[in-house]
Amino acid sequence: MSSHAGTLQPPVGAHDHAQGPVDAAVTLVEYGDYQCPSCFDAFAVVQELQQRLGTDLRFVFRNFPLSEMHPHAMHAAEAAESVGVHAGEEAFWKMHDAIYEHQQDSEVALNDAHLVRYAKAAGADANLVAADLLAEAHKARVRADFMSGVRSGVNGTPTFFINGVRFDGDWGDVDMFEAALRS
Amino acid sequence: MALPLTALAVGALAPEFVLHATPDQRLTLSELRGQPVVLVFYPADWSPVCGDQLALYNELHTEFAQFGAQLVGISVDGVWCHRAFSETRHLHFPLLADFEPKGAVARSYGVYRESEGTTERALFVIDRDGVIRWSYVSPVGVNPGADGILLALETLKSNQS
Repeated sequence: MSSHAGTLQPPVGAHDHAQGPVDAAVTLVEYGDYQCPSCFDAFAVVQELQQRLGTDLRFVFRNFPLSEMHPHAMHAAEAAESVGVHAGEEAFWKMHDAIYEHQQDSEVALNDAHLVRYAKAAGADANLVAADLLAEAHKARVRADFMSGVRSGVNGTPTFFINGVRFDGDWGDVDMFEAALRS
Repeated sequence: MALPLTALAVGALAPEFVLHATPDQRLTLSELRGQPVVLVFYPADWSPVCGDQLALYNELHTEFAQFGAQLVGISVDGVWCHRAFSETRHLHFPLLADFEPKGAVARSYGVYRESEGTTERALFVIDRDGVIRWSYVSPVGVNPGADGILLALETLKSNQS
C-alpha cells in the first residue's frame, strides 16, 4: 500500500477533541462511529485505559460515521460537534459519553429527538442543536474527520492510532492495549 | 494467452470481461473506457471484512465521482446473492458476478485462490485507456482501506493534466 498508510494525518492539533494533558506521554486517537456496536465496546475499553494510565494518556476522538450502514451515525456526530461549539469541550465529552451510554437502549435511541435530549442534558441549548442538525451545520467538520481517517488508513471502526501510528493489535484485549500504550 | 500466476502488474492492459451486474444486465469493461475504473476483487458477499471494506467505499462515492472514476466490485457470488447484498447495504456501485465459468475473470487478473475457490482481496486502478496503473493484493483477512485507491486516482489525474 502507499508508503504513508497507517500514519495519522493530519496530526493531532487544536481542532481536535482531546481529553488529558497536552504533554501526556502517549496520545491515543480513535476514529469512531456513534452507532457502531464495536465502538460501543471500545468506549468501555477506552474508559478503562484512561483509568489505568491517568495523566499519562491523552485521548482524542475523531468522527468516522459509516452512514449508509448506520443511519443515525451522521447526525449523532453532528450533534456532538454542535454541543462542542455551543457549550464547550467539557459538554462535548458529556455528549460523546451520553451517546455511547444510550446507543444500545433501543432502535430509536440515536434519532434526532433523543440526540437533542442528550445535548440538553450535556449543557447545550436544545434549540440551537436541533437547528444545527436541520441545517447540517457541522456536516463538513464531520466529513473532514472522516476523510482524514480514510487518508490515514482507517478501514473500519473503531480504528486507533498510538502516537500517530495505527494500532493493528486487538483493542478488545485491555492488557495488551495498555502494554502497547506504555511501550 | 497463459493465465498469470500473480496479480497483473502495472502497465499491463486490463483483460476485457463481460459479467452480469444484475440478473438481466451485463457490464463490459471496455464500455468504461474514457474514465478511470477501480476493480475491487473480494472473496465473498456477507463476510464481515468484505462488508466493512465495501461499506467504506460506499461512503466515498462522491470522492470517486470527483475523479470521474467508476468503482466495481467483483466476486464469485451469483447475481441474486449480489442483489440481496447490495440492497441490504445500499451500495452505490455495481457488483459483478464472476460466477460462470467460476472465477474466470479473477484468473485472468491473476487473483484467483484455487484452494478457497474465491478471489483474492485485490484492487486494480485502471486508466481511461484500459491500462492498469496501480494494484494491490491485501492479505485476505485484512481490509485494505481506501487511501491507496485515492492516491492512485490522484496520481492518474495529475499525470493526465
